[in-house]
Amino acid sequence: MFYRENGQFKTSYKADQQIFPILQDKIGVWLLIAAAFIVVPMFAGDYFYQAILIPLVIMCLAALGVNILVGYCGQISLGSGAFMAVGAYGAFNFMVRVPGMPLILALILGGLCATFFGILFGLPSLRVKGLYLAVATLAAQFFSDWMFLRIKWFTNDSPSGSVSVSHLNFFGIPIESAVSEYLFCLAVLVVIAILAKNLVRGAIGREWMAIRDMDVAASVIGIRPMYAKLSAFAVSSFIIGVAGALWAFVHLGAWEPAAFSVDVSFKLLFMVIIGGMGSIMGSFFGAAFIIVLPIVLSLVLPAIANLFGFQISTAGVSHAEFIIFGALIVWFLIVEPHGLAKLWSIGKQKMRMWPFPH
Amino acid sequence: MKFTRLALAATLVAASAGFAGSAFAQDQFIPLLSYRTGAYAPNGIPWANGKQDYLKLVNERDGGINGVKIAFEECETGYATDRGVECYERLKSKPFVAAVDPQATGITFALTEKAPVDKIPLITLGYGLSIAKDGNAFQWNFPFMGSYWTGADILIQHIGKKAGGMDKLKGKKIALIYHDSPFGKEPIPVLQERAKALGFELQLLPVTAPGVEQKATWLQLRQSKPDYALLWGWGVMNSTALKEAQATGFPRDKLYGVWWAGAEPDVRDVGEGAKGYQALALNGFGQNTKVSQDVLKYVHDKKAGTGPRDEVGSVLYTRGMIISMLTVEGIRTAQEKFGKGKPMTGEQVRWGLENLNLTEARLKELGFDQVMRPLKTACNDHMGSTWARIHTWDGKKWYMGSDWYQSDDKVIEPLIKEQADKYLSDKKLARRTECK
Repeated sequence: MFYRENGQFKTSYKADQQIFPILQDKIGVWLLIAAAFIVVPMFAGDYFYQAILIPLVIMCLAALGVNILVGYCGQISLGSGAFMAVGAYGAFNFMVRVPGMPLILALILGGLCATFFGILFGLPSLRVKGLYLAVATLAAQFFSDWMFLRIKWFTNDSPSGSVSVSHLNFFGIPIESAVSEYLFCLAVLVVIAILAKNLVRGAIGREWMAIRDMDVAASVIGIRPMYAKLSAFAVSSFIIGVAGALWAFVHLGAWEPAAFSVDVSFKLLFMVIIGGMGSIMGSFFGAAFIIVLPIVLSLVLPAIANLFGFQISTAGVSHAEFIIFGALIVWFLIVEPHGLAKLWSIGKQKMRMWPFPH
Repeated sequence: MKFTRLALAATLVAASAGFAGSAFAQDQFIPLLSYRTGAYAPNGIPWANGKQDYLKLVNERDGGINGVKIAFEECETGYATDRGVECYERLKSKPFVAAVDPQATGITFALTEKAPVDKIPLITLGYGLSIAKDGNAFQWNFPFMGSYWTGADILIQHIGKKAGGMDKLKGKKIALIYHDSPFGKEPIPVLQERAKALGFELQLLPVTAPGVEQKATWLQLRQSKPDYALLWGWGVMNSTALKEAQATGFPRDKLYGVWWAGAEPDVRDVGEGAKGYQALALNGFGQNTKVSQDVLKYVHDKKAGTGPRDEVGSVLYTRGMIISMLTVEGIRTAQEKFGKGKPMTGEQVRWGLENLNLTEARLKELGFDQVMRPLKTACNDHMGSTWARIHTWDGKKWYMGSDWYQSDDKVIEPLIKEQADKYLSDKKLARRTECK
């Protein structure tokens, strides 16, 4: 009833090329962003920030990066954890070695380190694709594990290989309280998400999608596969690198290479598959599903068990959590193999036709 | 729509459960981080059970600490740092949090950054940051009873003694087979220092986590034929290493484990094959100790035990009990200064932990006299004691050696000073000065 574009006529190319051509979408997104910046800080408690919101926002960013590579360009990668690690350790080294390095610059430089690393490990994509590429990018994961465990220089000669940062600030504003950490990560996410959305709508994004859909056909119509694939690796690893730096700096504070293990790579790939390949919105849904659901389950399961008058042990809860989580993934993929983003767009379509579905 | 309604109902239930929890505001709360799943679960489970059973014992036998009941809640970390941080954030919001035992080195590192802000002490008995002994630099960390550095030093002392004197180690080759993570790497600086001073050669053999794949490592070991090997493993890595030692024919009595590689789950599967294997013993064990008897009587006999009955008194279970006991004694000490019969804040508990004085007599009262040696902390010494023994696996059970060792302060102290200073300067922090 309300969600309908009847009467919204586009009279210029500019109007037609808006990110959100429908007025309701535009208002909705602005409201959502406003709510995230203003309403959430009014209500959320410390736990909500530290355990749910901050990891969620950072993982949204990482999933966004992975989605550009996997969803838009069709290059399946299992090296995302490595790109995060490179971003984190890169930013850490700039922070420690350059006196007075501003946080935001360190994040960008960390992202650039990840970009170079991503391009390096993107090179095999010129020769192999699909599952073979996934295995080739897995090498990035093992290489980064080895590098950060063995080469002492990267960890600033810490005897145990664990590093930490503190006293973060954004142009003099300290980022120490949970609210400021959340707002900082959210601001980075919003900026990068808008840039990414525009990138995938533009010429580069179309090249990526052409390569994804059929690379031979794409090269016939004049798209250079090398340029398209490597640019996807570059942009994607930059975003993942920034996310990695935020994960290490803001969320963990102190970390070891195990924080960016191959598990993280898998998780990010699942986020993209469940959320919806080739959709910016889908990255957010996927991250929410993978990050929030296990926590919610671990909170809710004991309460439900109590309701029925029996106690489950912590081990029981965590096993049940695995089972339910796995079952839900299977269920979602059967119901909607194109991910949660597709469900979202079906919902929107239904709203448009309501109350006269056909 | 059914699904959404169910989800809504579930959320409401969870929310009300949260409120119910906060109704007992006069309890002293102890968060229990643990892992009962994953590659480290076989060792994590008895540890977690011991921690919990001792708290139940204090509530049941003594009616709490000077009348203050202990509340606790367990949270599954799976040994993963990010899940550990989530657990910590979830549980720290309860009223009167006493202290946290993160139960994993990685989580300890992450929480070391957070504890000073939240003012919650971290108890890392026998693990964590070795330099945290320096209580003036690390005001919130308590690596009680020893760290990887003291452990490494004690192992070298023991090997030297067996060889017939420390000077006999000259020209010998000692291999360190370690879990390739901060946990495994911590002892390296001390071992390097000792190698330089005593003239032995140190061979470093990393094993990728979790440690089920060690073929390459043992091949290397067979080639280089070290005189002794140290095992710095955890979880499945230990039993795998012992099986590999058996397969490659490395003499088991030349293999020495850290205290995290010297419990029942590590050797049970290998049985006879591990005969002669020695490991550091941070604590005594057995069902005959008074505290184990009490747990059996007051907790297990009332069907309130956390794990199986046979597990009571096993090595890691007893270590769990010690951790809870030290936490409880920290609270008790704090109550003596800040008021008996009241729950303490994290800051007050820290004072208690810094002023622990567990004499032989007090340990006997608590039932820990056969389990550990006296421990006395101060504001500049957050470790309290560095006593440890060596125990040996005879194929069926661990039997305890009689020699007590203490780490050599001349080796450890300068290293702690140097690294703690580096940490402080990296962080632009100042050393606490009001404590001498």
